[in-house]
Amino acid sequence: MLLIACPNCGSRDETEFHYGGQAHVAYPENPNELNDKEWAHFLFYRDNPKGIFAERWLHSTGCRQWFNMLRDTVTYDIQAIYPMGTPRPDLTVRAAPESGTASTAADSTTTGNAAPSISGTSTTAPKGATK
Amino acid sequence: MANTAALTGINGLRDIRRSPASHLAPALEAGSVPGKVVLNEGPFQTMAGIRVDPRSEEGARIAAVTGGLPARCGDVTGTDSISVLWLGPSEFMAVAPEQAHDSLGGNFIGSLVEALGEAPGQVVDLSANRTTFELSGPRARAVLEKGCALDLHPRSFTAGTALATEVGNIPVVLQKTGEESYRLFPRASFADFLGRWLLDAMREYASPEVP
Ligand SMILES: [Zn+2]
Repeated sequence: MLLIACPNCGSRDETEFHYGGQAHVAYPENPNELNDKEWAHFLFYRDNPKGIFAERWLHSTGCRQWFNMLRDTVTYDIQAIYPMGTPRPDLTVRAAPESGTASTAADSTTTGNAAPSISGTSTTAPKGATK
Repeated sequence: MANTAALTGINGLRDIRRSPASHLAPALEAGSVPGKVVLNEGPFQTMAGIRVDPRSEEGARIAAVTGGLPARCGDVTGTDSISVLWLGPSEFMAVAPEQAHDSLGGNFIGSLVEALGEAPGQVVDLSANRTTFELSGPRARAVLEKGCALDLHPRSFTAGTALATEVGNIPVVLQKTGEESYRLFPRASFADFLGRWLLDAMREYASPEVP
């Protein structure tokens, strides 16, 4: 059982979460210009790395908010948890964690490139939610 | 304010309303162990699902009706009769007595809808969505710990807080109302399962403790 640190709720059992697949798969700028092959690539083709993988998770039985995670697919070690809409943190630069919570905006499940850069994680567990 | 004429409800529906665990009432009474752990299904309550940005103007208007909106996970705000539980950064569950419901002479839902106005967000009458189990007694925490992975020790889970989590593998909002008393809000379709699950977890406390 993974213990996952939800940015809003703190550390919770994996069973409270749903997996959302690979993160940072940008919606095509002009979907109409894509041919069938390119569209299929956008819909179905995903990376399958051995090692660090950026993926989306939903805290479905808790705060029902999405967030991103860097997880090692070999060791299951969770390297970073960061809000939707922010770029993938660079794990080689271990900056001091700064606060951030999952976005509550309507487009919080989409990824964007214009978001402020953060690295590290914000996993300050609220009172009553630690394990 | 409740007015007695309205208490009969619309078209007499109130009279035939049946709570989701009402069929378990005799079992809950028989399975309770006074002095150790007691379980019963609470009365009907008026519940509203609220989605609003708490930092916005409409959030402030709704907070004025409910007695505040909780700021973070675990927080509960409200007044003597209203509790507002944090479900998410912009999602809250407001619980008020049954008589506060608009069909029974109150105006709880209506006043929330009015407070939101045309602003982005939603107020939904969820009074029939969940039922309430009341679990209390010195063994109540031990019963919950059989099926809840959170740290329920009082140093971590304090009276007056509430968490959306899993109890007995089903989604439940768990509110700690006192040092030894809890309210569990399962969805109606899970009420039978959770009631029986809790009864099973309570059963060992009816027997003398093995030294
Ligand atoms: Zn959460």
